[in-house]
Amino acid sequence: MTCQEANILLHALVDNELDAGHAREVEAHAASCPRCTGLSRDYREMREAMSAPAMSYKAPESLRRRLEAALPAAPSPVTRLSGSNRRSLLKGFGMGSVVSAALAACLVLFVVHTEEDQRIVGDVVSAHLRSLQGDHLIDVKSTDQHTVKPWFNGRLDVAPPVIDLTPQGFTLIGGRLDYIDGRPVAAIVYKRRAHVINLFVSQPGGATGGETIEKLQGFNVWRWAWADLSYRAVSDINAEELQEFGEKLATAVRAGGS
Amino acid sequence: MLTKTTDEDSARAQRFRDATLPHLDSVYTLARYMLRDPTDADDAVQECYLRALRHFDTLRGADVKPWLFAILRNVCRVEFGRRSRVVLYDVNAEPDNSESAIPLWQETQDTPETEMLRRLDAETIRGLVASLPDSFREVVVLREIEDLSYREIADVVGAPVGTVMSRLARGRALLREGWLKIMHDGERGAKQQEQIAGEAEESLR
Repeated sequence: MTCQEANILLHALVDNELDAGHAREVEAHAASCPRCTGLSRDYREMREAMSAPAMSYKAPESLRRRLEAALPAAPSPVTRLSGSNRRSLLKGFGMGSVVSAALAACLVLFVVHTEEDQRIVGDVVSAHLRSLQGDHLIDVKSTDQHTVKPWFNGRLDVAPPVIDLTPQGFTLIGGRLDYIDGRPVAAIVYKRRAHVINLFVSQPGGATGGETIEKLQGFNVWRWAWADLSYRAVSDINAEELQEFGEKLATAVRAGGS
Repeated sequence: MLTKTTDEDSARAQRFRDATLPHLDSVYTLARYMLRDPTDADDAVQECYLRALRHFDTLRGADVKPWLFAILRNVCRVEFGRRSRVVLYDVNAEPDNSESAIPLWQETQDTPETEMLRRLDAETIRGLVASLPDSFREVVVLREIEDLSYREIADVVGAPVGTVMSRLARGRALLREGWLKIMHDGERGAKQQEQIAGEAEESLR
């Protein structure tokens, strides 16, 4: 390699943009060439000097205020998740994918609840998102409720009803163990077309009462409590369909299915 | 509970803020280096953010920072090109050999290599960067100060990676010459840099 050839590649070497093969070639040339050795040392020194914080500018407060005024209004602070809750949600995602991180960054609560309710709904959505990453969705994969139900035996204090709603348009695809509010819960997984519905079943933790449905940015969460158990379903399907899922499930549970 | 349109709008606004405002200092830094004027930089950044908001829905999974930089660069070149004190031009429209046709941009053969570069203070370096021609200045800033990869820089400036590499090489070579000059002549601040810029112009003739 000549200096001419090394001229541009030297920069790529300094910037760690060369594959191993080319890097070796350029390094070999530089080792035998005082000029290129000196240049790469200088470029590294320049790069080092320019990475100093003093080389960057800080946007003036006046600009920040101008932007705030020019951008459309955000939801009022009272309905937003508190900082610590948002952070714990972010942690829950494991930061696995850019998409879920972006979703995490924009979780906004429109419904004002008690602190605890907020945390649990946040946990539910967080667990749902986590389940969609990698191979977390299902521990026991079966469309047969008689396979899924016994799987929970010994893994949980409760025996969750596992109901196949395939005839009603919601296909049972399996189950897994998950954690909501720091406690192990049964997660029963359904599919509606391409959408996943996570149904979390646990012993009531303060959330008892009739059916409710609410939205946590992008996700609908349906809640219901019956016979010492609370049910929380979360999905990105629309509210009407999730409501329908809830009604079908509730009907079957009341009828003592499972 | 069904989401109202206003909720969706404000959720979108919040999403936009969460995604873009953390990069405000970086965007402002690029604007300062590109326009070399604080007031113009303020205006360019505001215009950049308003444009970004309009096109926010087209941003799907792409990195936010390079995306904002590309918008800012467009704003700087189109909106501020004429009224800025600095003459900006469409560097991508020029034939590639124009860069090598100018003697100043070629590395001189007699620059000393055995001497270590002495660390200069940030203000002096900023002045040196500001004296670089536009096409080199932007890649140097994107690489050294904003820490973008070659691929990201190529996306921001809309040029092939090879072009980015050659501009960066020339930009750094030029910067190094100015650096050595200041070292040798002693640090005399802004006046010194003006003198260098003047000399550079002379050598262009």
